[in-house]
Amino acid sequence: MKQIYLDHAATTPMDPAVIDEMTDSLKNLYGNPSSIHSFGRKARQALDKVRRTTAKVIGADEKEVTFTSGGTEANNLALIGTAFRNKSKGNHIITTKIEHHAVLHAAEYLEKNGFRVTYLDVDKDGMLDVEKLKASLTQETILVSVMMVNNETGVFQPISEIGQLIKDHQAYFHTDAVQALGLTNIHVDNLSVDLLTVSSHKINGPKGLGVLYVKKGTKLDSRQHGGEQERKRRPGTENVAGIIGFGKALEIAEEKKQVRKETYLSFKELFLKILDKNEISYYINGSKNNTIEHIINLSFPGTNVESLLTNFDLEGIAASSGSACSAGSVEPSHVLVSMYGSENSRIINSIRFSFGLANDLSQVELAANKIAKIVKRLTK
Amino acid sequence: MIYFDNSATTKPDPNVLDSFIKVTQDFYGNPSSMHDLGKNAETLLRKAREQIANLLSVSNDEIIFTSGGTEGNNLAIKGIALQHQARGKHIITTQVEHPSVLLACEALEELGFQVTYLPVDNYGRISIEELENSITNETILVSVMYVNNEIGTIQPIEEIAAITNKYPKLFFHVDAVQAYGKIPINLNIDGIDFSTLSGHKIHGLKGTGLLYIKNGTILFPLLHGGGQEMKVRSGTENVAGIVALAKAMRIQLDHLNEDQKSLVEMKSELLRAIEKIDGTVVNTPTENAAPHIINFSIPRLKPEVVIHALEEHGIYISTKSACASKSPDKSSVLVACQKNDEVSRSGLRISLAYSNTLEEIKYFNQKLALVVNQLRKGIR
Repeated sequence: MKQIYLDHAATTPMDPAVIDEMTDSLKNLYGNPSSIHSFGRKARQALDKVRRTTAKVIGADEKEVTFTSGGTEANNLALIGTAFRNKSKGNHIITTKIEHHAVLHAAEYLEKNGFRVTYLDVDKDGMLDVEKLKASLTQETILVSVMMVNNETGVFQPISEIGQLIKDHQAYFHTDAVQALGLTNIHVDNLSVDLLTVSSHKINGPKGLGVLYVKKGTKLDSRQHGGEQERKRRPGTENVAGIIGFGKALEIAEEKKQVRKETYLSFKELFLKILDKNEISYYINGSKNNTIEHIINLSFPGTNVESLLTNFDLEGIAASSGSACSAGSVEPSHVLVSMYGSENSRIINSIRFSFGLANDLSQVELAANKIAKIVKRLTK
Repeated sequence: MIYFDNSATTKPDPNVLDSFIKVTQDFYGNPSSMHDLGKNAETLLRKAREQIANLLSVSNDEIIFTSGGTEGNNLAIKGIALQHQARGKHIITTQVEHPSVLLACEALEELGFQVTYLPVDNYGRISIEELENSITNETILVSVMYVNNEIGTIQPIEEIAAITNKYPKLFFHVDAVQAYGKIPINLNIDGIDFSTLSGHKIHGLKGTGLLYIKNGTILFPLLHGGGQEMKVRSGTENVAGIVALAKAMRIQLDHLNEDQKSLVEMKSELLRAIEKIDGTVVNTPTENAAPHIINFSIPRLKPEVVIHALEEHGIYISTKSACASKSPDKSSVLVACQKNDEVSRSGLRISLAYSNTLEEIKYFNQKLALVVNQLRKGIR
């Protein structure tokens, strides 16, 4: 049975054009960008081209683009790197309870090292209240980290409002934009962010590649030491083919952004329409409208996650109970707990569906009908 | 094109490339996902880990995948230092390590650690007695590379292990990046606790590598997040890169078993020709040296000029390590070997792969003699 992959927020298939571009570079551009001969310089040029593309897409300068091994490394570098470097200015950090574990666990590590971290809750729509954040800001605050789009609910956070709020505060502002890239306009100046994380494998690029935007003048300690690559922020021979693959994926994503937004929105609407037609009772977790096109998180009253996922899997539908990074564990979603409290039944009966390159309309229709049947059976 | 800069980076093996492409196409799931696509990716990851453990004669759970050699070295050194600093704050390494070891140690000095940088003899080897004499009650880590990346010296790793094994408090890390597949190595011996390998030095992909961690050894993680890689290295696994690494390691080991002689022959042919050129100084030792690295100096000729002149003939060699290419003039390795200023300034490195041929060596030898002749005339 052919799988219907509705888990693009966990990871995405690579675009065939990305694979081609990478293959070509692995065959012909394998020099070490730090080598002084022309073979090395060619690799460096290819690298810098992607650096420029990336900078252009997010409205940055190419010198502000640091390639990393992925979103986790970029988030760790952003939080830990700025916290330690700016300790003399204060020891307070603000983030939310709904961040990715790469942010939350980095923040917990900082707590063990003498920093005080405020973890803000979100409301029932999955949104952070900017007023709450404002109330938490102190003279001691050196960093605020809020994700742009939540990876479980798809809800947009008010990044530019937060950016405006702390523009004149000493605190740096970091946003994890991993789930936003490709379907949203990201402009670092409009958002007023100092640091921004993106990941390649969430936009049909290769795994093992991410970017941290670091605004000029931002003081940041590197987490690794070695060669002088990436302006010493991130030493290690650059993953040239990975970077080229990411560059291609980014170009395609930008070019097809509007079409994809419309397509995934139509998938989402069709999906819900079929559930409605089958009289399935469900709740949408998070705001209905302030949500990115490719993610929808649904609660099915009277069911539970394990039996839903097992039955989906048997029917060839790949979905998820939360972020893949925590899906292996039986712990309830920290995002839904923040929204509804730990006693709410939504915690144990919710599923995230996320659309993408692997889907077409007929697949979505088929999946929705199968899901309707399963939910009916389980709630009988 | 004749590529003799294989210590900087290597061309991905076509079979490695095939594996990489196949996995990106057919196994793109996130290994942490619970559905079939995730489980299939996880199975593949587990198999790659098993294969690699087999090749290294260690257990599956002793392999941690990283983004490369720099991360592996940083993780081992900082991971031990941060985890075990209560036991002592002294580290022993050598003056000829890769920058990712040296600068990781320097970063720890800023955190209050004491580091002994052992000197080496004219051949780049440390003295076992000196190492043993440097061990104090405070020493928690010894880090010594297996094969030097600039001149190819093999360090007496097994003898060092015999010493570190006498001190139960002491951990021993071996940077084996330049050794794997070029000389027989045994990591599974008493006394060795960690070893770093890199994919792109053995015809695998950039952005891949591993750290061998002896069972029961606890390391403080560099990256916090989803808890992948037994909680030592968070971040979505680069599945295709890892499968490619397993493939590259197997192929490289086959080469070592079957064609190591060819490297030795090519090296002696090169040395014969280099020694014939008036005034050249061979920096690579004649004994206890890896078969793929030949370092020599042509005093009073700028190495960059020689490199570019050889490039005109389609030949690519290097000066020192690519990671240190930007630091000015002298090679710190040659300086540590007590070479005089002129020799330290004019070092050139040839580094071979199994795919190089005797014909290429002969062509190179001709061109080198020609280039040196022309350049010397030019400076007269």
